[in-house]
Amino acid sequence: MTTLAVTINGEARRVPGPATLLELLGHLGLDPRSVVVELNREIVRRPRLAETRVAEGDSIELVHFVGGG
Amino acid sequence: MTGTLAPAALTDAPLAIGGRTFRSRLMVGTGKYRTNAEMVAAIEASGAEIVTVAVRRVDLDRTKEAGVLHHLSPDQYFLLANTAGCYTADEAIRYARLAREAGFNDFVKLEVIGDRDTLLPDTEGLLAATRTLAREGFQVLAYTNDDLVTALRLEDAGCAAVMPLASPIGSGLGLLNPFGIRTIKHRLGVPVIVDAGVGTASDACVTMEQGVDGILMNTALAEAREPVAMARAMGLAVEAGRLAYLAGRMPRREIAVPSSPAAGMLE
Repeated sequence: MTTLAVTINGEARRVPGPATLLELLGHLGLDPRSVVVELNREIVRRPRLAETRVAEGDSIELVHFVGGG
Repeated sequence: MTGTLAPAALTDAPLAIGGRTFRSRLMVGTGKYRTNAEMVAAIEASGAEIVTVAVRRVDLDRTKEAGVLHHLSPDQYFLLANTAGCYTADEAIRYARLAREAGFNDFVKLEVIGDRDTLLPDTEGLLAATRTLAREGFQVLAYTNDDLVTALRLEDAGCAAVMPLASPIGSGLGLLNPFGIRTIKHRLGVPVIVDAGVGTASDACVTMEQGVDGILMNTALAEAREPVAMARAMGLAVEAGRLAYLAGRMPRREIAVPSSPAAGMLE
């Protein structure tokens, strides 16, 4: 197993690879039903998380709902 | 008299926005509460059905359960995502798309902020973002100022509702321009929901008395000394204001008119 250098929520990280986005969420301890994923500025819909691979240099945003007005 | 007191005012139609109907005319935010338990209790006490949420990065350190859905059930409330904190149309569009992808509905409370001190809207950006999002099938509820022309343009741009402010976000200054809000309500076909600035129950009541379709508030509840009690007060005030509007107030007179008969006085 190698690692991939990616940016997640603006932070440089090394994550296990090769991996899909679904596996990445698992690695981060996140429930895919409660986050929305943007990969290099494009939204990746939930059904496609399992088939979308993480690549070296990817920029990933993981967002959810927080309190707001 | 029994059975004869059923005026139209007592059988108000439900609030309809973007093809959905809602039983409460009060919408509340989920931000700034001291604790999540207090937020949940206050929202319950308010009787609101629509609650707003913000889209933010997940905290990867997971030091706390920051997600609001850990505390509020999406089955119980209608989640209205906002684009708070966005300063350009593109940014707001990006947040709206992310929010829709969460999978609850295609409603968005659109904010495009133009000034950091007052948080007043950038109306040009707001119109541009509204056009794009409406084309993409969003039900756009646009946070705007109390300007009629902007409100008319937002309606033309495809808004499901316009949300003029009572006063700046988080200011608690109450309804500063009743005339402006009334004018917007008279001229628009889509629902008018006053968003921001309401500080206490009388503000909510006066706002509803202008004839608007509803009110959205957050800070007035979250920063009250007793948010749960204030939430209940706001729920009652919104209902009272709505009912008073429908009932039709007496005319204002700059002279006294006696309430008791002038005739029949003792010699």
